[in-house]
Amino acid sequence: MTAAPPGMAELEAATAAPTPVPTPVPAVGDLVTIRPARRRSGLSVPRPARRALGPLLVLLGWYLAGATGVLSANTLASPADVLKQGWELVRKGQLPSAISASGQRVVIGFAIGAVIAVTLALVAGLFRLGEDLVDATVGMVRTIPWVGLIPLFIIWFGIDEAPKIALVALGVAIPLYFNLYGGIRSVDPQLVEAGSTLGLNRWGLVRHVILPGALPGAMVGLRYALGSAWLALVFGEQINATNGIGYLMNNAEEFFQTDVIVVCLVTYAVLGLLCDLVVRVLSSRVLAWRPSFEGA
Amino acid sequence: MTGAEILAPDPITDSGHATAATTTGPNTVTGPNAVTVRGLTRAFDGRVVIDGLDLTIAPGEFVALLGHSGCGKSTLLRVLSGLDTEISGEVTVPRKRAVAFQAPRLLPWKRVWRNVVLGLPGRPDRALATRYLDEVGIAARAGDWPKTLSGGEAQRVALARALVREPALLLLDEPFGALDALTRVKAQQLVADLWQRHGCAVLLVTHDVEEAVRLADRVLVMRDGKIAHASPVDLPRPRDITDPRFVRLRARLLAELGVETGH
Repeated sequence: MTAAPPGMAELEAATAAPTPVPTPVPAVGDLVTIRPARRRSGLSVPRPARRALGPLLVLLGWYLAGATGVLSANTLASPADVLKQGWELVRKGQLPSAISASGQRVVIGFAIGAVIAVTLALVAGLFRLGEDLVDATVGMVRTIPWVGLIPLFIIWFGIDEAPKIALVALGVAIPLYFNLYGGIRSVDPQLVEAGSTLGLNRWGLVRHVILPGALPGAMVGLRYALGSAWLALVFGEQINATNGIGYLMNNAEEFFQTDVIVVCLVTYAVLGLLCDLVVRVLSSRVLAWRPSFEGA
Repeated sequence: MTGAEILAPDPITDSGHATAATTTGPNTVTGPNAVTVRGLTRAFDGRVVIDGLDLTIAPGEFVALLGHSGCGKSTLLRVLSGLDTEISGEVTVPRKRAVAFQAPRLLPWKRVWRNVVLGLPGRPDRALATRYLDEVGIAARAGDWPKTLSGGEAQRVALARALVREPALLLLDEPFGALDALTRVKAQQLVADLWQRHGCAVLLVTHDVEEAVRLADRVLVMRDGKIAHASPVDLPRPRDITDPRFVRLRARLLAELGVETGH
């Protein structure tokens, strides 16, 4: 738009006024010009690079603090030592065997927890009687902070693999149950109605309408469950572990090997991220139909 | 017509009463009525919404049901579709019936063609779905997700989904209510064509008087839980909305609904 100077515009408005109109036209008043937004300069740093800057600065600070001796290795090893130690643990095979032992606990615990959660959610979600019996019970169990069950689990399951797996299974089952049950209950009743006018019987409604409709909730539950599984593992591996990432960490604690501890923490984080990535990819495949789905 | 279904807690069937359709449309054949309702009452927590209603619809007849919102017209349609069985009275409808709702109610997790044949016995038949999608002019979208359809397209898929069942009774619950004015006129024309071709009885619930007069053989006005007024529409099809008889009937029906137009 080419803007006339404000004075000109006011003049024009004034000269246009004496046209024969039945009601007086209100004055236009001050005019402003809408200008196009200023272009960003070509020198700006790409967003991902800017986002990476913060963590990189923290790493740099951490490194400098270690190198100058401000931060002693007994408090926190420097990033260079952590890298070196990480490579050493991989080379000697300690880290891979620890990951394998911990991974096995997560996989078995997750499988058991998922079977329990899916069974309970289906019973509670699909049957009125099941809802009355199951939902209140699971709700009661949920109010217990599950980490607090460790002493009981040791008494019940001993100190071998069983309590660690049980803890993971519990950590998985609770978020998965609630999200799947919620997903089943939040399926649009209008779609269920439409399905029944199309001649679907009860099983057809479950298969074509209710379960696919519960899938978004189930996927959210799966993400929570996997996060919760790794958390449960960290606690579980504090119980008399003889292998696994937690064992590596406990050992390191006794010898003040802060570099090993950091390596273990990073390993937990990376494994957690990988699980999250798998669920995201899975979601993008099975939830492609969702209007709100924006991709992984 | 294949078997009829009685929707009542304690049905009293009287097979002798197979007459009494007030006006008959071009597709009408003789035989038992498509819909027979006698003394239907439906109350929600003591509030009576349908109060001893009687209604018959002949095979192939196109009936439009007008009424203010909350007058019970949608409840009546839900009763006829078999979704609402908390009723007293006698209701007989064909076993083969289909419903199109105001919202298309497509399952978002099924491709368009799978939505069309959902609930039919046997393996999902894409060729069959495509044939009916073609009939509503949307066969090209057969493999798409419902989220990619516009409102009018989704409503046409819903019509294909109803027609693929070859219903003897098609129940339409304000199926054009959510469409824009231009799309609505096209959709009405499509329904008129489909009805001529398939010859099923149709009950169209609407609050659009013009739509009712344009499409129906008979227009009913529902008030106080009963059919308060019935007007046969014997105008030649396709109907001209500027025809003085059309205008007069429209004004008459609006007056029945409590809207004075000055005609």
